[in-house]
Amino acid sequence: MIAEAFDYERADSLEAALAALARRPGAKVLAGGHSLLPLLKLRLAQVPLLVDIDGVGELGGVRVEDGDLVVGALARHRDVADSEAVRRGWTALAQAASHVGDPQVRSRGTVGGNLAHGDPASDLPTAVLLFDGVLTVASGAGLRQVSARDFWLGPFATALGEGEILTAVRMAPLGDRAASAYRKFPHPASGYAVVSVAAAVRLDGEGRVAEARVAVGGATYVPFRAAAAEAAMVGVRPDPPACREAVADLFAGQEPAGDMYASADYRAHIARLYAADALAAAGAAAAAG
Amino acid sequence: MPTLFGTPVRRREDARLIRGEGLYTDDVRLPDMVYAAFVRSTHPSARIRVDASAARALPGVLAVFTADDVAGRVGDVPTAWLVPDSGLRTPPRPVLARDVVRYVGEPIAMVVARTRALAADAASAVNVAYEPLPHVTDARAALAPGAPQVHAGVPGNVLFTWHAGDREATDRAFAEAEVEVSLSIRNQRLVPAAMEPRTAVAAPTPEGGLTLWTTSQNPHIARFVLSGMLSLSEQRLRVVAPDVGGGFGSKIPVYPDEAMVAHAARVLGVPVKWTETRSEAFVATIHGRDQVQDVAMCGRRDGTITGIRVRATANMGAYLSLAAPGVPTILFGLIVPGAYRIGAVDVEVVGVATHTTPTDAYRGAGRPEATFLVERLVDTFARRIGMDAAEVRRRNFVPASAFPYATPTGLVYDSGDYAAAMDRALEAVGYEAMRRRQEDLRREGRYLGIGLSTYVEVCGLGPSKVAGAVGFQGGLWESATVRVHPSGKVAVIIGASPHGQGEETTFAQIVADALGAPFEDVEVVHGDTAATPMGWGTYGSRTTPVGGGAVSLAARRVADKARRLAAHLLEAAEEDVVVTDGRYHVAGAPARSLSFADVALQAHLAWRLPDGMEPGLEASAFYDPENFVFPFGCHACVVEVDRNTGEVRILRYVAVDDCGRIINPMIVDGQVHGGVAQGLGQALWEGAVYDESGQLVTASFLDYALPRARLMPHIETLHTETPSPHNPLGVKGVGETGTIAATPAVVNAVVDALAPLGVEHVDMPMTPERLWRILSRAQGRAPEEVRA
Repeated sequence: MIAEAFDYERADSLEAALAALARRPGAKVLAGGHSLLPLLKLRLAQVPLLVDIDGVGELGGVRVEDGDLVVGALARHRDVADSEAVRRGWTALAQAASHVGDPQVRSRGTVGGNLAHGDPASDLPTAVLLFDGVLTVASGAGLRQVSARDFWLGPFATALGEGEILTAVRMAPLGDRAASAYRKFPHPASGYAVVSVAAAVRLDGEGRVAEARVAVGGATYVPFRAAAAEAAMVGVRPDPPACREAVADLFAGQEPAGDMYASADYRAHIARLYAADALAAAGAAAAAG
Repeated sequence: MPTLFGTPVRRREDARLIRGEGLYTDDVRLPDMVYAAFVRSTHPSARIRVDASAARALPGVLAVFTADDVAGRVGDVPTAWLVPDSGLRTPPRPVLARDVVRYVGEPIAMVVARTRALAADAASAVNVAYEPLPHVTDARAALAPGAPQVHAGVPGNVLFTWHAGDREATDRAFAEAEVEVSLSIRNQRLVPAAMEPRTAVAAPTPEGGLTLWTTSQNPHIARFVLSGMLSLSEQRLRVVAPDVGGGFGSKIPVYPDEAMVAHAARVLGVPVKWTETRSEAFVATIHGRDQVQDVAMCGRRDGTITGIRVRATANMGAYLSLAAPGVPTILFGLIVPGAYRIGAVDVEVVGVATHTTPTDAYRGAGRPEATFLVERLVDTFARRIGMDAAEVRRRNFVPASAFPYATPTGLVYDSGDYAAAMDRALEAVGYEAMRRRQEDLRREGRYLGIGLSTYVEVCGLGPSKVAGAVGFQGGLWESATVRVHPSGKVAVIIGASPHGQGEETTFAQIVADALGAPFEDVEVVHGDTAATPMGWGTYGSRTTPVGGGAVSLAARRVADKARRLAAHLLEAAEEDVVVTDGRYHVAGAPARSLSFADVALQAHLAWRLPDGMEPGLEASAFYDPENFVFPFGCHACVVEVDRNTGEVRILRYVAVDDCGRIINPMIVDGQVHGGVAQGLGQALWEGAVYDESGQLVTASFLDYALPRARLMPHIETLHTETPSPHNPLGVKGVGETGTIAATPAVVNAVVDALAPLGVEHVDMPMTPERLWRILSRAQGRAPEEVRA
């Protein structure tokens, strides 16, 4: 539980952080330290240099810009979970953030660190995927935007390249008569998601589903959007039986994965239950306005 | 007169612990201190060659010790419970692996460096070449012909074969029985996971001596054993167990690691510290349980149980840890009949060596494994004859009139009223109404279950003559000195070593009552062999019944002397002197009185002592109990199994525990809470798993699920009070009852919930998926085909 020796540099601006990363191949960014430090302490990862961006003020904050939610990479989980705007407009994200770790972790761990770590059992990627988040990535060459669907490539593998820093994630609002919900089946030991589901529903004037979204985490190597289930929801009234029916093919084109605690079959079963439940909850909330 | 005995005095130890003012071993920092790290085997079974030259050459490295460096200088780690008549083999356990390794985590080398980080780096620089050998981690597999052999001197991997009871009588009982039920039970391996990992700091003292701070439940035993391993007089070896952050049995043994730390400090002449990492703790500290059992019960259709038969295989790991052989034998087999008058008992246990971390005592130590099987069998028996589980228990309890009660396994239960405890639990849980509710919900397709566990356990270890008879290589008495200072402040100096059980508070209550001294003036001193009299330590729920006996006797001696002196000073007859509100006076004449402090001062001034009285105010006592104590009770658990997910929701948890007279109800309830948490942990979440390659795959808190606050139900604690007739305080132990009782209560509840599906047993931990599979299977088949 003692990391190998590494150098440490504290950056006071994004520019300085990018420069430090560029100087040392293999250098990694340190923010809240809640994903990377355990790996280092277990000697599952070694780094020549840690660039601490925790003091880079421009990367913090949760705000609404032109109607979109913008969460800075250094926003803490609790900032998201406690934000009135997020709870109202991006409910599933606030709920997902409230499920991360424990109060200490939520006060210290950062949204950017969580997303960049790429743990498929983590809470936030599922919610960000639901809201079609757009991630802003900075490097010496400037800024680029990556859609959430393209960001997670595999377990602990993301689209972030050497020398790049995730700076923020932007999410558009769901619109009127819409709501979202997050459901999680936590592992009893780690608290990570055995299965997590985020769902959103937008209703038409008749109370039927105009648009549905379902994102599933924990059950596969990368969180995914369940296109078949989303399509099956359109036009129906989102009551529990209809939602259960719509998620029958939740894993179309996907391969659920199992582990020592929960088999692939069980995960798929729980994911369907939770997806139906999250859809029904989102539908009810959307109807209630 | 009001007493502190029986009142919920707040725990005196809590203020310092909660404020972070406790002193744990890792808090010990000494000038020039250096740091040790271990190189541990990454293979379950291999021939090894160790090359430490690169590590030795690293800057800041003071030494690297391998088996060659310690041969002849540090003795093997002993096994100290030599269970007789069992063919016991105790394979040698070197402090550092010699030529072969036998489990993942076995220490191979120890590095000492100037900082902890350097020591960790140097440990990774020690080159160990492994030539893998065949391995076996499962005990039944280790018994199969042709299985890999763990030790050359242990043919067939059989470390011992132990019997209790009467095989022929039991065979007869089964042959004549109207009903027979049987179960195959896996009592899974658990990781004790104390919050504080093991730690040791050794500092050289003049003339070749040593002070060792260490995480021990029994510093006097640690000194006794280490003095032998290190060839060092006990007089030169001081062992200090400061605040200890949980033990649960895992800090009873002496391990190779602490011995090596002590050795390094002697060789290097500077203080050496080692702090186990959490990753190390999972593999290097003992595990608990791990038995596979085939068990059967027989009886009559009227509900009478006539016989019980147990065939158990105990996985002992790669070596026999200090007390290990006694756990699945004496502490397990003798209590198999439980709370029931069962005439015929036949227990056979085979202890097996495997390529796994050694197992030893873990909270309950043998008694949970016994209680689980008998409580599961009683429920199975009840279901088979169509009788309510509570009624079968009632018909078979050892009746209150039968105490002291001699079991067919040779124990003598001291006192009890098992039916009263069960009635209390049934009333509290609303048993009849709950059964009706169960019926209603079953009609809706919902699975509510009610589980009972009417346990009795043996603790308060124990009379020393029995210790000798069962091969325990130590005594089991305790000692105490009550020392009154001239100011009237009191030190209660004990040989036992509480570490969370609250005796700093309860023993002060006892002594304050006895002396008429203010509670605030009484302090309990423990955990330092240089400051305390010999004692055998804190385990087996013995500190209060045995150590408390010594404290009580010593306090009475001091109180008698104080009263004699007070009478002399008051010019009254001794028998006329009473103590009221902390003042000594003649009965009926409170105007002229002395405080305890007045008497203490006079005892020390010695100006006006009665003829023949020695000065000072102090007494010691050694107390060896005449029997064990036998706490008992009934835990009742109500669960609902979610038919969709298989999750278990605990709706009610009622714990009725009878631990004799209660000194401090708040501390007793705290012990029950903690014990129940660990019992639920085994039932629902915990389980150490080795994979095909012999690796422990549940080797971190990411995978090993300890009970979390958010997972715990509300626990309703209730008590009956049946004093133990044979110790000075009438007390029994309560440190392990929760763990012993809870596991079968929860499993019985879940099996009861699923009974309509024909389920007779569920393996632990009862994970949602395990139960979901049972539910899924049951939907597709007739109930009688379903077997969990």
